[in-house]
Amino acid sequence: MSDATGADPAAAQNPGAAVLVKAPTGIGGFDEITRGGLPRGRATLVTGGAGSGKTLFGLEFLVWGARKFGEPGVLLSFEESAEELATNVSSLGFDLRQLEREGQLAVDAFRIDRDALMAAGGFDLEGLFIRLGRAVDSIGAKRVVLDTIEALFTALGSELTVRAEVSRLLRWLKDRGLTVIITGEPGRSGELTRYGIEEYVSDCVVVLDDRVQDELATRRLRVAKYRGSLHGTNEYPFVITDRGIVVLPLIETGLAYQASNERISTGIDRLDHMLDGGVYRGSTVLVSGGSGTGKTSLAGHMVDAACRRGERALYVSYEESQDQVLRNMGSIGLDLNRWVESGLLRLWAVRPAAYGLEEHLVQLQRRLDEFGPSLVVLDAMAGLNHIGTSTSVSATIASQIDMIKSRGVTAVLTALTHYGQDESSVMAVSSLMDTWLLLRNTELDGERNRLLLVIKSRGSAHSNQVREFVLTARGAELLDVYVGPRGVLTGSARMAQRADERAAATGRNAQFQRRRQALARRTAQVEQQITALRDELAAELAELDQFIDQDVAAVEGRDADRAVMAAHRWADPGATPDPDANQP
Amino acid sequence: MNTGDVSGEQPAGPAKNVDGVIFDLRLYTAGQSPKSILAIENLRRVCDEYLPGRYRIEVIDLLETPEFARAAEIIAVPTLVRRLPLPIRTIIGDLSDTDRVLVGLQLRPDGWRSP
Repeated sequence: MSDATGADPAAAQNPGAAVLVKAPTGIGGFDEITRGGLPRGRATLVTGGAGSGKTLFGLEFLVWGARKFGEPGVLLSFEESAEELATNVSSLGFDLRQLEREGQLAVDAFRIDRDALMAAGGFDLEGLFIRLGRAVDSIGAKRVVLDTIEALFTALGSELTVRAEVSRLLRWLKDRGLTVIITGEPGRSGELTRYGIEEYVSDCVVVLDDRVQDELATRRLRVAKYRGSLHGTNEYPFVITDRGIVVLPLIETGLAYQASNERISTGIDRLDHMLDGGVYRGSTVLVSGGSGTGKTSLAGHMVDAACRRGERALYVSYEESQDQVLRNMGSIGLDLNRWVESGLLRLWAVRPAAYGLEEHLVQLQRRLDEFGPSLVVLDAMAGLNHIGTSTSVSATIASQIDMIKSRGVTAVLTALTHYGQDESSVMAVSSLMDTWLLLRNTELDGERNRLLLVIKSRGSAHSNQVREFVLTARGAELLDVYVGPRGVLTGSARMAQRADERAAATGRNAQFQRRRQALARRTAQVEQQITALRDELAAELAELDQFIDQDVAAVEGRDADRAVMAAHRWADPGATPDPDANQP
Repeated sequence: MNTGDVSGEQPAGPAKNVDGVIFDLRLYTAGQSPKSILAIENLRRVCDEYLPGRYRIEVIDLLETPEFARAAEIIAVPTLVRRLPLPIRTIIGDLSDTDRVLVGLQLRPDGWRSP
């Protein structure tokens, strides 16, 4: 079959090929991986061992065909009676009897009592054709399921005859444009079917498998062949839920998301700022960190922010009960209870071990579809680690992300990491994340503090700064950290550093003040001295003037005396100057 | 060879106590197909030879009364049903293998082959 599988894409790319019309099965996930369902008007072989779910697959094809797509169907059962069939699927909510009453379904169960039957000569399966024809005509059927026609080989003995008749039957069905599922069981040596009927069903082959791997039972589905159509060739896990089969396309729908340019707030202003305005709507945010670093609190803020915007949020808690989550959020000032009451927030607390991985996916999918949130928190992914191998857990988480992202819903995942492996342990999923916030504990001076950094934020500028993440009674806050010669300081160390800085600053101020005062004092002193000197000078000047005045008076007096004396002596006034006259 | 001889030879033969019992046989056919015509001929021949005077044959053409196909659980055509004596026995095919027809009608033991 592998060569045929490889040829399919080429066939689909052939521009001359007729467009293949498909008939949706209505089986969750299957129509996605086959891009529309089964080939319409053709037969599909669904093969799988006992209990692999092939009968259910066929039944769902008929039930959904009638219920969702207005296509009545016929079931020819060669292994189970109509009563058994009806009972087996009633637990899945399929009421075959009701569908029969409505003329949407015709069931014809073939009872072949091998012990009471004997072949004596050539025969054909005209009886089967007549019954099938009547059933198809009676309800205008568009779909037919033959489950499992290989029973005829063992019951009727003549393999050649049955083979020829099966071949004729398939042509007959094709001529009538019926979309058909034929079920089969794999042969002992790994053949698709025990009697090689895949030879007559060349259009589409679906293989179901129920295997135990690492002690975990896992159902797998694979489209082994699909002529003329692209299809996922992976093995897809599927589960049988209380609503039927759900196939889980893991990474198939992966990259067809619409990228929104709208930013939404994380509920923490400074974080929004670090992320250049918040995270993109519909993007995925990973919050990783050790225990007690505040991952849940951060997620809680994003939930709160979403509800404040009037949007719905789904909080999936794998670790804590609803009450616990609400109480813990309350302790940091986040009243999420009001959102629960107003119906905007739905908390789903589920133990990881409550379901298998696939069932977790199905449950999540159901909640996404029913509740329609715009933001989903998965807290914490690590919870799933205990219920599967690391590959299957990673695949499951990838599916969850895919499932959320494909709906345009913003996803917030928290991941517990352990000291020393902060960034590596979540590598498996980190590549699927658009924004990665890392919370880290630091220990210094006997206390722990939280740091937050943005490791990446796709399509967005973001801060490369480390911030301290502080949980207060009013909610989370981001603070600048002190980066200095002693490294990054947080908490008390940061506060101490601040105090030191303040003290130092105060000291310097006082010194300036003192110097300024000293200088002022000195200035005053100098000015005083200047004034004193000036006064002194002025005093001396005044003294000098007085002296000069006295001297002039004295000279004048002496001249007068001299004139008196000259007159008295009869001396020549200009002949002999008085030597005393030049003395100061 | 008559039926009495055979049942006498049979130690654990299921064909016992059918002497004198009326065989109520119904043959389901599909129109005038070669196999259907052949089956009717073969059945009459076997009955005339091995159940002279104590058989009743009803031929039902499923093309005319298709509702019988489901009611009688018919898949293969032709199908011969021994309605009486009980238990009900079913033989499919055009009845050209007379030995198998005799075994099927429990006129011969299981696995019996004519010499």
